[in-house]
Amino acid sequence: MDRPASLLDEALSLDDGDSNNLRPWRGRVVLVEDCVETNGAFVLHHLIKRFISPNLSSSDSVVIFVAFAQPFSHYDRILRKMGCNLAVQRENKRLIFFDMLMLECPDDGVEGGIIALYGNIQKAVEVVSSLNKNVTIMIDDISLLEVAANGSTKDVLDFMHYCHTLTTQFGCTIITVIHEDIYSSGDQFTLPLQMEHLADIKIKAEPLVTGLAADVHGQLTVLNKGRSDGLGRWKSKIRNFHYRVKENSVDYFYPGGRS
Amino acid sequence: MADAICRVLRDGALEGEHATSLTINDSVDSPFGPIVFDYIFTQLSSFISSGKSQSRGIVLVAFSRSPSFTVELLKSRGIDIATTHEWLRILDCYTDPLGWKERLKERGAIKTPSTEASLIVNLCKDVRNLDGLFSLIIALGKGLVGEGKSRFSVAIDSVSEMLRHTSLSSVASLLSNARSHAQISSVFWLHHFDLHDMKTNAAFEYMSSMVANVKPLATATNVLRENSENLSLLEQNYKRGQFHASLKRRNGRVRIMCEEFSIGQSLVKFTSMSARKNETAQSLVPKVQFNLQLSDKERSDRAKVVLPFEHQETEKSVQIYDGRKSETEGKYDSSTEKLQKQEDSRRGEIIYFRDSDDEMPDSDEDPDDDLDI
Repeated sequence: MDRPASLLDEALSLDDGDSNNLRPWRGRVVLVEDCVETNGAFVLHHLIKRFISPNLSSSDSVVIFVAFAQPFSHYDRILRKMGCNLAVQRENKRLIFFDMLMLECPDDGVEGGIIALYGNIQKAVEVVSSLNKNVTIMIDDISLLEVAANGSTKDVLDFMHYCHTLTTQFGCTIITVIHEDIYSSGDQFTLPLQMEHLADIKIKAEPLVTGLAADVHGQLTVLNKGRSDGLGRWKSKIRNFHYRVKENSVDYFYPGGRS
Repeated sequence: MADAICRVLRDGALEGEHATSLTINDSVDSPFGPIVFDYIFTQLSSFISSGKSQSRGIVLVAFSRSPSFTVELLKSRGIDIATTHEWLRILDCYTDPLGWKERLKERGAIKTPSTEASLIVNLCKDVRNLDGLFSLIIALGKGLVGEGKSRFSVAIDSVSEMLRHTSLSSVASLLSNARSHAQISSVFWLHHFDLHDMKTNAAFEYMSSMVANVKPLATATNVLRENSENLSLLEQNYKRGQFHASLKRRNGRVRIMCEEFSIGQSLVKFTSMSARKNETAQSLVPKVQFNLQLSDKERSDRAKVVLPFEHQETEKSVQIYDGRKSETEGKYDSSTEKLQKQEDSRRGEIIYFRDSDDEMPDSDEDPDDDLDI
């Protein structure tokens, strides 16, 4: 790792220690919240690269990617610019890609759709875990999963609960994306709030309060809830910084830290 | 005070009364409900395992965390794991609440889930059937303490998960059945109150004899939007919080208590509110250029000031300056009786003649309308 750790890595505690640096992530649930003006996809791309990247010393990590939003070629093109070849990783079985663009649940229930999807995920996790590798499950995104589940919030939460059981059973990490602004804030019992209760780390991408700016695209707030478990305690921390999405990379800087 | 709650749970129910029940409320702003739940659970567990409580066993209905977590938790708190089979049963509603894994296994899609089946853990595969769940809880409890007069406790983590699978009325009926069961000594449950509407929250509070609310220290919901200076303030909300508890007595009296807690190395520590009040007040108030608080000297000076009319209580004569120069000013030391006599003779008088009898004193007529300007 020759490049300096970015603010995002620091906020996510991805930079401490060279060896086993995915270890604190085991069993965590990460939620990326974004909105229309500030798309949070770049955070997801960053995390794909981070978790799949072969120059990680703990290279035994596998990403299971459940795509509802974009086809494989889309992610492949973006990650290639960032210096990570997804097609190769897919052949090396470091990336398991589920194309769920066409997933439609039967009207009579979730039997065929969501349960089958969960079965496929668990099957993949079982295979990978038996090889003693870290598994990261990425779901892009929860909002479209809800669409696929015929708008049933309950089914989505059941699905997330089952995925959560994989974190305790196999030590998986779950990374999800949700579009916050498509849910009305006045409505109780909403999906974002439920997801927030489930998540250990929340990464929120939102526009600047002061409005649009030419050289700042938005701000990221990373809320890292501390959690105690057998692996030791993680201290809670909150970081807030601005970002600017560039062609091949993203700049992160503190407010006012750029002339 | 959290200990007071634990003691009430330990003492359990009187003969012929409902079991004591506790709701632990938390929200996403201060997500420490599970930690407080763990604290109360472990306290009660140590009471039970040492035979100090009314109940002889505890049944944990685990929806949101796995049984292995609970076992680890008990281990870390120094509770003897070897004896757990005598007083603990875990109803595992976490691993496979809807039977998906079982169905997938039957179809051969996945391998056997490595559920930690053991003496103390029992798997529940359909949490939507609350009648079945209730009889399972009772069966587990009776298995622990046997038939007869011995009682056991029930802990539910959490009712928010239960509400997702069923309706409020069926969850309420389960809880009220548990409360009125003769062999249950105490029931407590965790509840994320921001996920539900007011009606649901009120229903749970009615059913509990104690309510514990976990609240953030700084209640700024949109702090995030403001500036990064407030971030450290917000960060405090993930380390510390307020703990409000209300204990309802049998006669309807409610005792409300407040405490502060801080999250240490995987432990929660409760401190009394007053001890930390000043400290937190100072840390929460933004820096201003004027004093919001009095120094000790200012406070004692303020206490010395005699307010008008305050001396009336102390049997001293009235000393109000009425605008006239008093002759008695110099000889104030003379007896008060003489003074009053003098004042009587000098008392002023206002003689008022009404202009005419046909005009009422406070008529609406403009008194100045005869002026020719």
